[in-house]
Amino acid sequence: MAETTLALPGRTTRRVRIVTSATIVVTVALAVLVVPPLAQLDQQAVDLANKLDPPSWAHPFGTDDVGRDLLLRCVYGLRVSLLVGLVAALTATVIGTAIGALAGAFGGWTDRVVMRVVDALSSVPHLLLGIFIVAMFRPGVWPVIVSVALTHWLSTARIVRSEVLSLRSRPFIDAAVSGGASRTRVIVRHLLPGVLPQAGLAAVLMVPHAMWHESALSFLGLGLPAHQASLGNLVQSARGSLLAGDWWPTLFPGLFLIIPTLALAGLAGAWRDRINPRRKSELML
Amino acid sequence: MLELTRITAGYDRRDPVVRDVSLHVAAGEAVGLLGPSGCGKSTLARVAALLHRPDAGTMTLDGTVIRGWRHRAPREQRTAVGVVFQQPRLSADPRLSLRELIAQPLRSTGRRREVPGRVAELAQLVGLSEELLERRPHAVSDGQLQRACLARALVLEPRLLICDEMTAMLDASTTAALVAVVERYRSESGAALLAVGHDRVLLERWCDRTVRWGERNAGPAERERVAAG
Repeated sequence: MAETTLALPGRTTRRVRIVTSATIVVTVALAVLVVPPLAQLDQQAVDLANKLDPPSWAHPFGTDDVGRDLLLRCVYGLRVSLLVGLVAALTATVIGTAIGALAGAFGGWTDRVVMRVVDALSSVPHLLLGIFIVAMFRPGVWPVIVSVALTHWLSTARIVRSEVLSLRSRPFIDAAVSGGASRTRVIVRHLLPGVLPQAGLAAVLMVPHAMWHESALSFLGLGLPAHQASLGNLVQSARGSLLAGDWWPTLFPGLFLIIPTLALAGLAGAWRDRINPRRKSELML
Repeated sequence: MLELTRITAGYDRRDPVVRDVSLHVAAGEAVGLLGPSGCGKSTLARVAALLHRPDAGTMTLDGTVIRGWRHRAPREQRTAVGVVFQQPRLSADPRLSLRELIAQPLRSTGRRREVPGRVAELAQLVGLSEELLERRPHAVSDGQLQRACLARALVLEPRLLICDEMTAMLDASTTAALVAVVERYRSESGAALLAVGHDRVLLERWCDRTVRWGERNAGPAERERVAAG
């Protein structure tokens, strides 16, 4: 069959990767969406008699240093981390797309000034910049989102700008200008739809990154307040017990951070592979 | 109608493609601009279409001196000139159906209500069926797409039509059909035409007069010939 002869090496591997990633992402999404409202369990319930219990049937992930169920804490933590990751990535993409599109579409001085600002901001380590931003507010979910969003739009702005620059010189933009289209119309109707796949991909790739960032801030004690379960907080509070040989309070939140973010990145990678052939066919024109 | 005086234009100020060129197109006149590839005729056409700002020289359109190009030109000036480009594939937004492609200029200028009527009228003029109008650029041939691009250029009834190598990628019958459409539009509206190309036989038969352009960086004699044309 034609399809089998055309099949590229690694196609099965790719399919396995996509299916695995999708399964994990769906399971995790269901878990964080469905479990908390249905379970009616208190993730804060302290049970000092059972503190630091190893994994068992009653507590599959064990309990932490004040006897809270770790599975429940992990699900709640992942819920917060995912929320922060999604909102921050979306906000960063919107900011980056808007700024990149403006710089690319206007060109000239606007482009030069905007891109030099982007370069200047990129030269500061973004975790450091993020720490400065969260430090200005009381700990909570929103300062973390703002901090991650404000430090992560730079790469999207660069991608969108370069895409807009390449689109801008195409004759169909000339045709639109000649047809009386205003600047806004050219950007909104012709340039932005063209960069949407790239911007969307950048957004999805940014979700795991934003989650890691949130966890890093929380681990440093600058993110969410200590009573709120987030993966970073869980790992942070488990540090003491790890030294005493109790591995489960560190391992499970760590896995909860690594596995879903890898799955998300896997899906984004598959999307990128889908976008690429389109570009190859464009080159053939 | 169109008066280009001592235009110097290009993409690098130190090495302009068009140097000190003058060109005149009278109202209702059809002028063919001939020349080998790379000599700058497309650049001059882009200047005349208000799409590329020249480095020096003046341009007047209907007696008005042009002060700005692209978005700096008032909408009425930009839409007074219709342009058909060489490569229909690149000059059509891949996301739009041919119907939307033709309707774009009407939508851009706030004449949404005229869309169904005008698009049907022009589709008939250029010979595009209802079924083709629903397709996107990737699903039609170059010739069909160029027909849609010509319809798009005519939809706002320009007083000057610029065809930049409009037929260079097309077969003889499509070329004849498109030229016939342009000529029918011109006889009805009295619009002027600037046809750019390297097909001497076609342009000499199509246009009232042709201007021949030599190699790039032509000597003074060549320049004067263009100026005299």
